[in-house]
Amino acid sequence: MNELHHVGSRAPRIDGRDKVSGAAEFVDDIEFGPDLLHAAVVESAHAHARIVDIDTSVAEAMPGVVKVVTGRDFPFTFGLYMKDRYVFAQQTVRFVGEQVAAVVARDPVAARRAAEAVSVTYEMLPAVLDPDDALDENATLIHPELGEYPHVPWFFPHGGTNVAHWRKTRKGDVEAGFAEADVVLEDTYRVPRYAHCAIEPHVVVAKQDHAGRLTVWSASQSPYIQRDLFAEALAPIGLTHHDIRVITPYVGGGFGGKAGVTMEIIGAALATAVRGHPVKLRWSREQEFYNTYQRQGLVATIKVGARSDGTITALGHEMHWDAGAYVEYGANVVNAAGLSATGPYRIPNVSIDSLCIYTNLPPGGPYRGFGYSEFHFGLESHMTRLALELGIDPVEFRRINAITEGDELPYGAEMNPSGLVEAIDRTAEAIDWGTTEASGDPRKRIGKGFALFWKAPAMPPNASSASFLKFNEDGSINITVSGMELGQGYLTAMAQIAGEVLAVPPSKIRVETPDTDRNPYEWQTVASHITWSCGNAVHSAAVEARERIIDTVHAARGYEEGTLYLEDEMVKCETDPDFELLLSDFVVSGLEMEDGTWRGGPIVGSGSFMPDFASAQSDPQTSQGGHPNVHYTVGAAGVVLEIDIETGKMKVLRAALAVDVGKAINPTTVEGQIVGGMLQGLATVLYEDMRFDAEGRLLNPNFTDYKIPTSLDTPEMVIPIIVEVPQPDGPFGARGVGEHTMIPAAPMIANAVADATGLRVTSMPITAEKVAMALLEPV
Amino acid sequence: MRHDIEMKLNGERLSVEVHPREVLLDVLRTQLGVKSPKVGCERGDCGACTVLLDGRSVRSCLVLAVETDGHELTTLEGIEHDGLTDVQEALIEHSSFQCGFCAPGIVVAAAELVTRTPHPTPEEVREAIAGNLCRCTGYEAIVDAVVAATRAPAHSGGET
Repeated sequence: MNELHHVGSRAPRIDGRDKVSGAAEFVDDIEFGPDLLHAAVVESAHAHARIVDIDTSVAEAMPGVVKVVTGRDFPFTFGLYMKDRYVFAQQTVRFVGEQVAAVVARDPVAARRAAEAVSVTYEMLPAVLDPDDALDENATLIHPELGEYPHVPWFFPHGGTNVAHWRKTRKGDVEAGFAEADVVLEDTYRVPRYAHCAIEPHVVVAKQDHAGRLTVWSASQSPYIQRDLFAEALAPIGLTHHDIRVITPYVGGGFGGKAGVTMEIIGAALATAVRGHPVKLRWSREQEFYNTYQRQGLVATIKVGARSDGTITALGHEMHWDAGAYVEYGANVVNAAGLSATGPYRIPNVSIDSLCIYTNLPPGGPYRGFGYSEFHFGLESHMTRLALELGIDPVEFRRINAITEGDELPYGAEMNPSGLVEAIDRTAEAIDWGTTEASGDPRKRIGKGFALFWKAPAMPPNASSASFLKFNEDGSINITVSGMELGQGYLTAMAQIAGEVLAVPPSKIRVETPDTDRNPYEWQTVASHITWSCGNAVHSAAVEARERIIDTVHAARGYEEGTLYLEDEMVKCETDPDFELLLSDFVVSGLEMEDGTWRGGPIVGSGSFMPDFASAQSDPQTSQGGHPNVHYTVGAAGVVLEIDIETGKMKVLRAALAVDVGKAINPTTVEGQIVGGMLQGLATVLYEDMRFDAEGRLLNPNFTDYKIPTSLDTPEMVIPIIVEVPQPDGPFGARGVGEHTMIPAAPMIANAVADATGLRVTSMPITAEKVAMALLEPV
Repeated sequence: MRHDIEMKLNGERLSVEVHPREVLLDVLRTQLGVKSPKVGCERGDCGACTVLLDGRSVRSCLVLAVETDGHELTTLEGIEHDGLTDVQEALIEHSSFQCGFCAPGIVVAAAELVTRTPHPTPEEVREAIAGNLCRCTGYEAIVDAVVAATRAPAHSGGET
């Protein structure tokens, strides 16, 4: 009974056939008929300006134009964690590309042309483009109203400044910790902004019918959050959750960029202005770069002390985040980093300051890794440097300080079960750590780099999941949930969990994408939490269905409940080896009794899950006292890197990544996360870099100038390593893995470059050009 | 000013009226209801809109619809017209794709490769799909599946 049949198997993805055949329908593929209207937005040309006048008269008279709207029509704010964002700019624009007005027209070209004909008069304001400039006491205030914005209770905005949130974590006595250290190392690390680059652009279609109901088809990671924020923002025009329906079919990649609400609110608002018509708004690739979330920039100053035996005594970590013009989501990235910027280390004395700083650049927000990708660059670079200063092998240094189950976290709660040391050992072995490799080519050097990582889901303490499950006549199953299949293999994992409980193969289980009218609640598909959280909900739904199956067979056939079990799509009995009853014989029809009456009925199940131990309440000065994170997923990564010292060109000869997923529900899709996430992380360090000009205009909003890796830019070899130390409250012991695999890539490359050449690079990216230029300088 | 053009789309001869400025991608998706080519970048960078024009892969976002007058077009729908190909079955078996938005373009690019090179090496597969951006997978599982589906019969003794 304990042997697993479906969980842990390499079952092919249940969405594979849809995707490979092109049958998978994305929002832009849905037909809406000849009534469909198209929208285009009028964008701010300035990083910071007051809107003096908007003249829409020319646009309104153009052929095909149905409606032109401005901020006057929708004077509403919205936001996930802080209500600091506007459907359309009101008196002020705060970044280049911000939506000022919109045109709805019969076709996309007419909409675009009319948008260009809207004339906006601005009065320029000083733009603040650097987070440290924004901290100057004379800096222009980007949000003078900051003190009045509603926000979640775990944010601490500093009204009258540009600091939208300041997370402070204090543990032990950090000065005493530095005093007892034999070596103290301090340095500053810089991480620029990055773009998610999902291949599917953001797209929304919205329609308010003449009965008043608003339906929104959205390429989103967050259908329920979208419904909630639409309801909140559009409450002044009389809409509530009852009136709003969000439908999200397959999504062509998210990586955090399609979490929460960004451009979708524009579509929802426009639909209310042209009742009866569906309205489509699809971002161009350029808009995809400058008017969704970007990954926030970071300037991090790190100070770590350790004794000569390698024990870390204290850490100070001050992070200044370039959070952009609106921080309604990004401030929680800052918060997450501020709670966990020790990395996966046992450190008795800790001082962390994480400052969310407004700038006149595009809004920052969630991106795979949620702050951890950003701060691990400096932290894991620093740990290798400190080890080498102590004369200790960097991997051994990490073993000495690796956090383990029961250790005290930076905010006081206990660390969950963790296979970190196993991950370190297996990664070191995979890259032959401790041996040096030489290239046959005198122009090339080979170095090795190592990095650890950890990450917890960043969620409200009551973030929850739910699931409905029903059997069909043939014994197959349909499950509805509202997590999103973004590519991670979530639908398959849910099918495997339900299939395990109900003895039905995943290939006979459909898991349907969200429709808020029909599928039950899910907070969001973010934070790498849905395998864990929604997996628990699906598990509960399956257990409930199993109980109904057992009850039915007990009622109709008389076997004791405790002796009945499911196997191979049948009900069997421990005390009667001859008894076998196919699920397809009764899960809808029920079972007939000798007298011709029937028992049972359609088998369904429902389940929901909410953690009951999480709490965001803590001391604002120290973060002590709460339990803000449900658990951490940990791991290690290493790389063997070849560098051409004349050109700086780098080639990843071998990379290994070990991650403790608790239990791999599907090892193939876990490996998919490792290989894909590693490449996305390598791209941030080796290739990608957002460049802005002195006016705050993004210079490279396209794939020609912002290079993401092609099939020719992959490592020669990636070794995925799955560690399984079970998470006690996870489904079959599972915990999340989606984001984590991106996190260690940048510091492991930085450490390998230093190993090969002696060159320590403290700012990302580490491009061939940067390495070659630096090697020309005397080290 | 609109033009009548005639083309052969996935084996079927048809005529369609287009504006000279319209790109093939938009005509396929909005006028002809062929949805496998996706709108990803509209400037030829991402390959999500890849189709075959007279058997050669093109970015349908860069081809004016009028240019296809008198030519033959094949989209993913045409490639799988008689059932999924061996390459497609292998891509399913390997769970090669994640979000799947790039999948139609990559399947078309792979189909073109296999027509020219029936037993491609991993390097040849990488080269063939180098114009198709995928942000999810790291490409490995895609290359593995295409190679597995097109491997030369075992008795040939390796490389062909």
